[in-house]
Amino acid sequence: MASTEEIRSGLADIVNEVAGIPADDVQLDKSFTDDLDVDSLSMVEVVVAAEEQFGVKIPDDEVKNLKTVGDAVAYIENAQSA
Amino acid sequence: MSSTRVVVTGLGATSPVGGDAPTTWSALLDGTSGARVLDDDWARDLPARIAAPVAVEPTEVLERVKARRLDRSGQFALVAALEAWADSGLADSGVDPERLGTAIASGIGGVTTLLSNYDKLRDKGPRLVSPLAIPMLMPNSPAANVGLALGAQAGIHTPVSACASGNEAIAQGIDMIRLGRADVVVVGGTEAAIHPLPMAAFANMQALSRRNDDPTKASRPWDVDRDGFLLGEGAAVLVIESAEHAKSRGARVYAEIAGAGITADSHDIAQPDPEGKGATRAMQMALAVSGLEPRDVVHINAHATSTPQGDVAECLAITHALRDEIDQVVTTSTKSMTGHLLGAAGALESMATVLALHHRVVPPTINVDNLDSAVKLDIATEQRSLPDGDIAALNNSFGFGGHNVAIAYRSA
Repeated sequence: MASTEEIRSGLADIVNEVAGIPADDVQLDKSFTDDLDVDSLSMVEVVVAAEEQFGVKIPDDEVKNLKTVGDAVAYIENAQSA
Repeated sequence: MSSTRVVVTGLGATSPVGGDAPTTWSALLDGTSGARVLDDDWARDLPARIAAPVAVEPTEVLERVKARRLDRSGQFALVAALEAWADSGLADSGVDPERLGTAIASGIGGVTTLLSNYDKLRDKGPRLVSPLAIPMLMPNSPAANVGLALGAQAGIHTPVSACASGNEAIAQGIDMIRLGRADVVVVGGTEAAIHPLPMAAFANMQALSRRNDDPTKASRPWDVDRDGFLLGEGAAVLVIESAEHAKSRGARVYAEIAGAGITADSHDIAQPDPEGKGATRAMQMALAVSGLEPRDVVHINAHATSTPQGDVAECLAITHALRDEIDQVVTTSTKSMTGHLLGAAGALESMATVLALHHRVVPPTINVDNLDSAVKLDIATEQRSLPDGDIAALNNSFGFGGHNVAIAYRSA
């Protein structure tokens, strides 16, 4: 199971790969759409890559609730410990 | 339709012989082949393992995130279009977005995106199919992405007519300007089909050369030992605009794009009409709508793909279209160097035709070691110069389905 920082850092690399956002900008308080300019299609790519990397399932219905990087990290942490 | 004069003011390309238009043109004049053996594992079992890939990978030129959201054919088109746009000077002089259109064709569309996503679907399930797959693989994606990059709002078009698609896109651009729908249209073609499925399919049709041990000799239009075409990839884009618009901004004009002739064989889905009747009519129509006579034509960039039947049928068609004036016409096939770019062929060869008129020099056809006795044309087996004064040239493209598109160009 990964630490909060490990998940944030892994997610940052994915966002960088998918959307070209510098990984250092991907911090817990950042909104995917408002701060990081991740559009809805890119968000699907981020979610699928995160599922593979962290070994969790993130249902489509949940994606709309993941507004910030912190939301996504918390969801992945919970899913890993479930 | 009005007879508005239309001119070519910008050129761009990424091809098997160069990463941009000037490099491509210089390589064509030098008789450089872009062919090579495909050493990838996926090519090992193919009957034809040779092709002409682009000289410069588009990912070396485009921003990484932009590139990953485009099919390879879209990447090629964007590279070529950005070059053509910069070359036209329109970035500085500007154009009303509502008067700017695009017409960029592809013969096969985003086939590598389609098939790589099918691989993911089969191996890992539907969740792994990319949410970007549809906007990447749809055939209009290159034209639409170029339109987005340039802010074109007069209309985005993607004619599909197999290997005639590139020329049909150019014809559509002329129509847009002559119908008063646009002042400037970014036209061209793109293709990225060097993948085992299309290569196996073309080989199984007996369409591809199997000269696997000697790739640079594989594309040999009109030579007695030709055995099929060499698959190439890449894109070429021309910026065309009304002569009035070009003049008002003091644009450099490469050539006038005088008119297009479009016909259909209605003979067979894949074989050309053996007498080339539809091709003859296309050339005659291109001259007629352009106000040109056979005696004005000094050069033809032929479709000539290096297939046994097609090359000869086109020769007959050219002879019938130009009749008594045929002796003054220098004909070449730049496919001998680039291979066959399918839906991009007409665009790349139109660019070569425009530059031949502009610089008054014709690139050679390489590999004509023994000219087929059925060919009664003056083939440029080395670089040839064109006469001074007002001259005209034709570019032919034909496609599976019986499509014939000839475009007439006139010196500026």
